[in-house]
Amino acid sequence: MSGAFSLEVAGMSKRFGALAALDDVSMRVDAGSVHALLGENGAGKSTLVKCIMGFYHADEGSLLVDGREEAVRNPRDAAQFGLGMVYQHFTLVPSMTVLENLVMARADTPEMIDWGRERRRLADFIAGMPFSAPLDTPAHGLAAGEKQKAEILKQLYLGARFLILDEPTSVLTPQEADQMLGTIRDMAREMRLTALLITHKFREVLAYADAVTVLRKGKLAGTGKVAELTVDKMAAMMIGEERPAAPVARADVAPGAVRLAVEDLKADDSDGAEAVRGVTLAVRAGEIVGIAGVSGNGQSELVEVLAGQRDATGGRMLVEGEVYHAARAETQRHHLALLPEEPLRNACVGRMSVAENMAMRNFDRPPMANGLWLSARAMREAARDLIRRYRVKTPGPDAPIASLSGGNVQRAVLGRELGGEVHILVAANPVFGLDFAAVADIHSQIVAARNRGAAVLLVSEDLDELLDLSDRLLVMSEGRIVLETTAAAADRTAIGRAMAGH
Amino acid sequence: MNDASLGLWTVPIAVLGGAIRVSTPFLFVSLGELVTEKSGRINLGLEGTLIMGAMSGFGVAYLTGSPWLGVLAAGLVGVMFGALHAAICSLPRVNDIAVGIALMIFGIGLAFYLGKPLVQPKAPTLPALPLGFWSDIPQVRAALEVNALFIVGLVFTPILSWALANTRWGLIVRMVGDSSEAARALGYSPLWVRLYATCFGGFMAGVGGSFLSLYYPGSWSEGLSSGQGITAVALVIFARWNPLACFGASLLFGGAGALGPALQAVGVTSGTYLLNAAPYFLTLLILVFSSSSRRRVAGAPGELSVTK
Repeated sequence: MSGAFSLEVAGMSKRFGALAALDDVSMRVDAGSVHALLGENGAGKSTLVKCIMGFYHADEGSLLVDGREEAVRNPRDAAQFGLGMVYQHFTLVPSMTVLENLVMARADTPEMIDWGRERRRLADFIAGMPFSAPLDTPAHGLAAGEKQKAEILKQLYLGARFLILDEPTSVLTPQEADQMLGTIRDMAREMRLTALLITHKFREVLAYADAVTVLRKGKLAGTGKVAELTVDKMAAMMIGEERPAAPVARADVAPGAVRLAVEDLKADDSDGAEAVRGVTLAVRAGEIVGIAGVSGNGQSELVEVLAGQRDATGGRMLVEGEVYHAARAETQRHHLALLPEEPLRNACVGRMSVAENMAMRNFDRPPMANGLWLSARAMREAARDLIRRYRVKTPGPDAPIASLSGGNVQRAVLGRELGGEVHILVAANPVFGLDFAAVADIHSQIVAARNRGAAVLLVSEDLDELLDLSDRLLVMSEGRIVLETTAAAADRTAIGRAMAGH
Repeated sequence: MNDASLGLWTVPIAVLGGAIRVSTPFLFVSLGELVTEKSGRINLGLEGTLIMGAMSGFGVAYLTGSPWLGVLAAGLVGVMFGALHAAICSLPRVNDIAVGIALMIFGIGLAFYLGKPLVQPKAPTLPALPLGFWSDIPQVRAALEVNALFIVGLVFTPILSWALANTRWGLIVRMVGDSSEAARALGYSPLWVRLYATCFGGFMAGVGGSFLSLYYPGSWSEGLSSGQGITAVALVIFARWNPLACFGASLLFGGAGALGPALQAVGVTSGTYLLNAAPYFLTLLILVFSSSSRRRVAGAPGELSVTK
């Protein structure tokens, strides 16, 4: 067997307790095509592919591989049929080299490994591929784009001829993404493989997919040839009847005084390598400054220094003209608000209640604190107010915050940080993994804070989000600011090139 | 040549001999724990396993008359303790460090209880190779009287190092220890791999314990171990999960342990207790100087709970 084959899912359902994650979904992927699987978070995309790959066992429905009904009981079975999946979170072993990773991925790894022979075999294999990867570099030393390539090579080396790619471009620069998807499409045209692309980016669907299947709340919401569909039609399938609230208009405010300044800041990452290499920037009142960049170029470390989670190794920060060390008293005095990425991990204590988490900025001051004593009632009242104003869906103020969905955790943190007076807001990937309604909501809140005169620093890996929201845009690459532009004059190609370090 | 002419040379020669003797249990426990930690789990219960190994090894050697059967029995008891640790850790929401501490106390208590009748008898001891035969000096001959288990460990160290880099099993253990997500995606079960790796660690710790009761000091008593099991766990971290470095670190700790007795032998009597504490000072110093508040420990398996 060689070459691309088709795959068909018929009437597949999967329940987790009372939740129907997948409800009677059918999908046909033609041999040698690039098929997009579109849907919001929680629409059932990953449940569907996990059923195909044998991680989950569907309650109902059948799977046809190359026209024959097959039972895929586990990922090993899937590999036998030539099904391979590239995960969003890469599954390369970080400390192992690319060579070791690829050899271990083989189904028939010998008991004793002859590295010379394996190296020759792999070199021959890679020679026939449209791209390559450095064999002797440990996986943790690869850039995101190289990791993705190594991951795809691993699947092809395993003999996969049906590739499932889960949000493959989320960590790539626009150029890397185009190159990668272009290669996949060319290989499909040559009938070397069939690709199923999980995504939420319409641009990629329009440019690279032949057909599309849309899921909404576990059900099939629509399907068709991309050539016959428009973005509006696909968006309507994805979000159904509910329309997100119209975004808050940007008030025409002239930028005021510099509220947040960073001067030649340096910081190391957790492995001790220099991650932030002399960043200088200034954010004025009433403007949103966006920082673009591929993840892992020092943005996380920069935000952690601003948040007080990491020590700087050089340079300094100024907030409203005063030197800032991210101490609690300073944060309160200058009304600095923070929306870190992964809010449940970086801004919350999961097992504490929603009310307690919402009180973390001011629980030690009146009216919540009275000398030594804290007032649970005052905390609960303040929380009820924030829950209402920020539309946090929670069983109540006493529910542990970890029991809330991602969007509601983010809304709760947003309420805590933006509920009072805000002079400066630092936000990092604030809508990562959230659905349409939550994204619109949170973007509106950020713009509203700017309109009220806050200085906003917005770090994001999503270039579209930055182009929508920012007044000015900085690009960060390898720990440095390499490009500055206004949102109005922004040029995607130039930004992409700067992100890649050119 | 006679004793007196050796002079201060007595000290390094005695330290060398002592290092070889004292390092043997360190070497076995640390090589076993290295494999367990490479698989992503830490077993602090090895102190208990070591003492159980010492007791059961001595008991079996005494009953059968064969020290090697004692070593084997000690290893098998270690496997049982390793399996127990791994089995409890396979349950959801169980912390390997807490289980390790519980098993350490359990092992020590059980060994003292079962070992009561073994305090008096003498068991046959393990053989040693007289590698100092070429010398006329009794101190040199004594120092180079190398026990058989040390030689086994010496040969085994490079084999383990090679196996971790060149065999399927070695790579599976490293993969599970660095990213259980990746291992699962390739169809390997981290729990089973960790079970085997922890059993191996238990076996080695049991054998290390049998050395204490069957060679040096060579009898069973409740004061037999002075924390070698737990020190060996720290030693693996100090050796950065590298078998060859484990060997070096074991010799270093062994040598530090032998320093006190060696100085006593040449008549330095002041501060004896302080000198006997040398290995522990060394542990603290190494941890202080190799620490950093800003970076993770280099080379640590990614799944290890203490470095995560």
